[in-house]
Amino acid sequence: MADNSKHASCGGCRGKCKETMKSGIAANNPVLTQAIGVCSVLAVTTKLENSLVMGIAVIVTTSLSCLFMSLLRTITPPRIRMIVEIAIIAVFVICFDQILKAVYWDMSKQLGPYVGLIITNCIVMGRLEAFALQNPPLLSFVDGLSNGIGYALILAVVGFVRELLGSGTLFGVAVLPASVYQTNLLFVLAPGAFFTMGLLIWIINALKPKTAEASH
Amino acid sequence: MNPTPLWVIFVGSLFTNNILLASLLGMCSFLVCSSRIDTALGLSYAVIFVTTCTTAINYLIYYHVLVPLHLDYLAFVVFIAMIAAFVQFVEMFVERFSPKLYHSLGIFLPLITVNCAILGAVLFMVIRKYDFVQSVTFGVSSGMGWGLAILLMAGLRDKMGYSNVPAPLRGLGVLMMVTGVIAMVFMGFAGMLNMQ
Repeated sequence: MADNSKHASCGGCRGKCKETMKSGIAANNPVLTQAIGVCSVLAVTTKLENSLVMGIAVIVTTSLSCLFMSLLRTITPPRIRMIVEIAIIAVFVICFDQILKAVYWDMSKQLGPYVGLIITNCIVMGRLEAFALQNPPLLSFVDGLSNGIGYALILAVVGFVRELLGSGTLFGVAVLPASVYQTNLLFVLAPGAFFTMGLLIWIINALKPKTAEASH
Repeated sequence: MNPTPLWVIFVGSLFTNNILLASLLGMCSFLVCSSRIDTALGLSYAVIFVTTCTTAINYLIYYHVLVPLHLDYLAFVVFIAMIAAFVQFVEMFVERFSPKLYHSLGIFLPLITVNCAILGAVLFMVIRKYDFVQSVTFGVSSGMGWGLAILLMAGLRDKMGYSNVPAPLRGLGVLMMVTGVIAMVFMGFAGMLNMQ
């Protein structure tokens, strides 16, 4: 898994930022192909709005911490790099959490512990380890950004499906009238998250050309 | 303080509010380490131990150091640093006393640091305003709940090796589906009691 992403990112750095950008969103999407950072995809996607806020949080945190880690990569001793990484991530997560609390209290309460849990989200950590430690700041920033966007996209899709099927609404506005569609509470609850995610992976794997099949 | 009785917290976080199946935390190591029963068992022991100790330590730090000093916005950093230090300790301990377990867990032990279940348990403890005894109970039982879920999954994956899964669904996809079914089963306990 780690080897795979390393190869992909090396290809990207010899090309341009564009390559890196594309790899994080599509070919090497953190959630679908690397199976990391799944927790929050499942937990916050009960509503589309929550998913988007969470997506923004992850984009901001990943890109900025990649940038700063990359700036510090030459002066960080390898033994303590994990602690440095966690400290950097935590700083940005705390900033985001405080801003969210000040600006949008309701959302902050709904997301609950999951904003704080971005610290332990493997995507951020994974990108820092696999990419930002070896690459210049700007490229690392783009890599963080693209992985964040790739992640946010999945979040948005899962959130869309779950809110639509679970409560018949989008952004809290009723889309499917109760007379046409009987809402299915299962999709709001935890099992629905697993089923939606499983189906999404199934569909995407089925549509994908049969080249990278051997990895599993 | 939270008035929930201890046994409700215990049973609740084992079944109805299982940290993995209801709060969806700790998925990464759940997916990676559930392919063998003995690895899963070793990891769940480690998780139970670490959640118990870190909820206790973080409780003391949060309510006796951070809150009196009005530094509670630093909670995330302090919590995660505490967890990282503690995991380092467990790792050295396991390496010294059970090299076999150390080899089978391999690189996954440091991964406990970034196991969301651990930080999640600590954050839930703060949000739900548990007192000390409740926090420790919650730590033990959510660790056990996580262990229960990963052991169930490891047992199922043993059998799943013999079944014919459609090719695109193989790997992550079918794991998600199976976890979904397990989560549905655990939801059956929901009528029993409700924990907040």
